[in-house]
Amino acid sequence: MKFQTFQIGGIHPEGCKISSNQPIEIMPIPEMVYIPCAQHIGKPAEVIVQKGDKVKVGQLIAKASGFVSANIHSSVSGTVTAIGPIPDLSGVAKNGITIKVEGDEWLETIDRSDTLLTNVDDIKPEDIIKLVSDAGIVGMGGATFPAHVKFSIPLEKKAEALIINGVECEPYLTADHRVMLEKGEQLLVGVQLIKKAIKTDIAYIGIEANKPDAIELLTDLSRKYQGIVVVPLALKYPQGSEKQLIKSIMNREVPSTKLPIDVGAVVSNAGTAVAVYEAVMKHKPLIERVVTVTGNSVEKPSNFLVRIGTPVKYLIEKVGGLPEDTGKVISGGPMMGKAATNIEFPVAKGTSGVLIMPDEISHRKEPTPCIRCGKCVDACPMGLEPYLLSVYSNKKMWDEAEEHYIYDCIECGCCVFSCPANRPLLDYMRLGKSTVMGIIRSRKK
Amino acid sequence: MDNVIAISIAVLCVVAILAAIILYLVAKKFKVEEDPRIDQVTELLPGANCGGCGFAGCRNFAESCVKSLEGKFCNVGGPDVMNKIAEILGGQVSAATPKVAVVRCAGSLDCRPKINNFEGAQSCAVVASTYGGETGCSFGCIGLGDCVEACSFGGVSINPITGLAQINESVCTACGACVKACPKGIIELRNKANKYRKVYVSCVNKDKGAVAKKACSSACIGCGKCAKVCTFEAITVENNVAYIDFNKCKMCRKCVEQCPTGAIKEENFPPRKPKEENPALNMPSQADKIPQNNNPEPTNIEVLDKNSEQLNNSKPM
Repeated sequence: MKFQTFQIGGIHPEGCKISSNQPIEIMPIPEMVYIPCAQHIGKPAEVIVQKGDKVKVGQLIAKASGFVSANIHSSVSGTVTAIGPIPDLSGVAKNGITIKVEGDEWLETIDRSDTLLTNVDDIKPEDIIKLVSDAGIVGMGGATFPAHVKFSIPLEKKAEALIINGVECEPYLTADHRVMLEKGEQLLVGVQLIKKAIKTDIAYIGIEANKPDAIELLTDLSRKYQGIVVVPLALKYPQGSEKQLIKSIMNREVPSTKLPIDVGAVVSNAGTAVAVYEAVMKHKPLIERVVTVTGNSVEKPSNFLVRIGTPVKYLIEKVGGLPEDTGKVISGGPMMGKAATNIEFPVAKGTSGVLIMPDEISHRKEPTPCIRCGKCVDACPMGLEPYLLSVYSNKKMWDEAEEHYIYDCIECGCCVFSCPANRPLLDYMRLGKSTVMGIIRSRKK
Repeated sequence: MDNVIAISIAVLCVVAILAAIILYLVAKKFKVEEDPRIDQVTELLPGANCGGCGFAGCRNFAESCVKSLEGKFCNVGGPDVMNKIAEILGGQVSAATPKVAVVRCAGSLDCRPKINNFEGAQSCAVVASTYGGETGCSFGCIGLGDCVEACSFGGVSINPITGLAQINESVCTACGACVKACPKGIIELRNKANKYRKVYVSCVNKDKGAVAKKACSSACIGCGKCAKVCTFEAITVENNVAYIDFNKCKMCRKCVEQCPTGAIKEENFPPRKPKEENPALNMPSQADKIPQNNNPEPTNIEVLDKNSEQLNNSKPM
C-alpha cells in the first residue's frame, strides 16, 4: 500500500489511541442540558424559545442569525428553565439555553429507524444545502464552520473534488475512527449527498495508516459507489488540517489567505458526512455527536454518542470518574484542544474528545532562551518562522508580524512540540494572529 | 609635471565651486520653513515620548501645539510646562484636571482564590485572549504585569502580597499607557485630588452578584446601596457593577460605609474621626452585616496606605 502525505513541516507525536477498540456507546440523557448559542464560527444563533417553553428532541431552539451562522436544535425533550449564562470551559460564562429533561419525546418528522436509505438520485442539490442548513450542521472536526456555507460554492468557482477528512491526526482521539467503522455505510451516502450538493464527481476519503481497519472497510464499501476513492495517508501531524490534507491528497497548495475552494477542493469531516446523511435522509438535525473520553489513567477510555449540551462531568463519571492523579482536563485533543477550567461545561457540536491528563505530564517545562536551532521552522507545516513571529507578537510589532504571514498560522502547535527550549511560541503567535487579523479587518472597513 | 598638478588642482576647485553653487541653489529652492517655536516647545516638553497626549511623540505634540494650543495638554509635564509653552506661543492653556491612574480591582490572593494554574506565556494579553483567567473572576487583574512593562516612568508594580497591580501615585503622570496595556480595562485615569485622596469602586466584575461574590469576596455585587446613599448622584450601577463618576463625587465617603463587600475603597484619607453619636456602635454593626467577610480591609490597602504615608511624610508638606 502506498501512503501519501504532505511535505512541509509536520511532527510525529505518539498516537496513544487507547480507545480505538471501544465501540460507540450511547450516553444516557442527563437531567439538565446546557446548549450554548455559539457552537460554530460566525454569529451566535438567536434564541427563539422562552423560559418555561416545552421542547421536543430536534425542535429548533435558536435560529441562525445571518449566513455564516447555524441553527441549534434541542437535543432533549423537556422544559426550558433558563436562557442566559451557562458554564464554559474558558471560565467565562457564555450565553445559552438550559433545558430540564423530561422523557425523550422526538419530533414526528425525524426518522429514528435504522434502515439505510441510499437512494440519493431524486434529491436536488439546493434541497441538500437547504436541509443541511436547517439541520444546523457544522464542521465536526473541531473548526465548526457552518457546513451549508462550505457547500454553497460561489458561482465563479468550481469544486473539482470533495475530500473527506478521516485523518484524525490528533493523538488520543478516536471518535472519527469509530464513526468510520460503525457508520461507514451512512458516511458513504453522506459523501454522495455532499458530492451532489457541491456538484463534483469525485470524492477522496483520507485516512491515516494507523486506522487500517477503517481503510479496509471503507475501501470495500466504496466499491458500491462511483467516484469514491479511499486514500491511505502516512502518519503525520497535522494532516487533518484542511490545507495539509489537500496537499497530501491532491498535491495542491492553497495559497496564503485563500480558501480550499480556490484550488477546487472542499474538505469535510467524516463525522460531518454522517450528519449530512442523517439530516437529508432521516431529517434529523445535529443534536448528538460522538465524543472520545480518554486519558492514560482513565479507568475505561470510551467513545460515546452524546446529546449536545450534556455536561462533561457526566461523561467523566461514565468512564470511572476523574482519576486521582488528574492534572488537566482538555476539550479536544492534546495538540489543539483547550484545557478546561471546570468540568461543568457542556458538549458542543465541535467537542470531539475529552482528554484527562495525569498531573505528571500536564505541566509545561520552564522556558529557556531561544537557541536559534530552527526546529520550529522545520516543524511548521505552513512554512512560517515561529521563533520570529512569537517575538514580534511579544514586542507588539504587528506590522512585522503581518509581513511574515502570521495570519497563516493554523495554531497546530508543532512549533511548541518541537521546541527544545520549551518556549511558549504558540501563546504569543495566537495573540499576534488575532491582533493582526483585527488590524486587517479594520483596514478593510 | 608641475602642469599636471596645477591642472588637477584647478579642475578640483572648479568642481568644488560648481557643487557648492548647486548645493546652495538646491538648499534655497527646497528650504523647509520650520517654525523655530517647535524646537523651543520640544525643548520644554519632558521628552519621554510616552504618547499619553495622543501624539506619536513629544516633537509631534509640539508641532500640533504650535498650530493650536486648544485642547492640548501634556499630562507628564503638567500645568507648569503647559504654562511655559503658552508663554512662548501666546495662547491659553486649556484647563485640564490633573489625573492619576487607579487600579480598579481588589481581588487579592486571599479574597479571590485561584481555581487553576496558567503555565503559558507570562503576559496578561495572552491570558485574556486565551481564557477567563486563573480565578473565578474573569474581569479582574491578571497580575502578570503588562501594565508594568508599559509604564515608561516605573510607576506601576505588581504587589507580591496581593498579586495585583499597584500605582505609585507620586510617579504616575497619567500618560495612560497602562490603561491601554491592560487587556481587562481595569486601570482608569481618575481626577487627582489633594494628597492623592480618592474614593472609587475597586471592581469591574459584570457578573451577577452571587457569581461575583463566589469568585471574589471583595467584588461589587451591584446591590446599589451606594447609589442610594450618594447625595450627589455620582454613583451609577450598570451591568451589576457600580461606578463612581469622579467629576461628581465630593468624597463624602458615605458609600464606603454602605458597601457590603468593601468594594468601594477610600485611600489616603486621615483616620476617621469617631462620630459624635455612637462611635463604638458604628463599626461592629458594619461587621455584623457581613459575616462572611473576615477581612473587610484587604491587605493591599494597608500596603498602599503605608506607602502613601511614607510618601507624604517625605514631602515637605
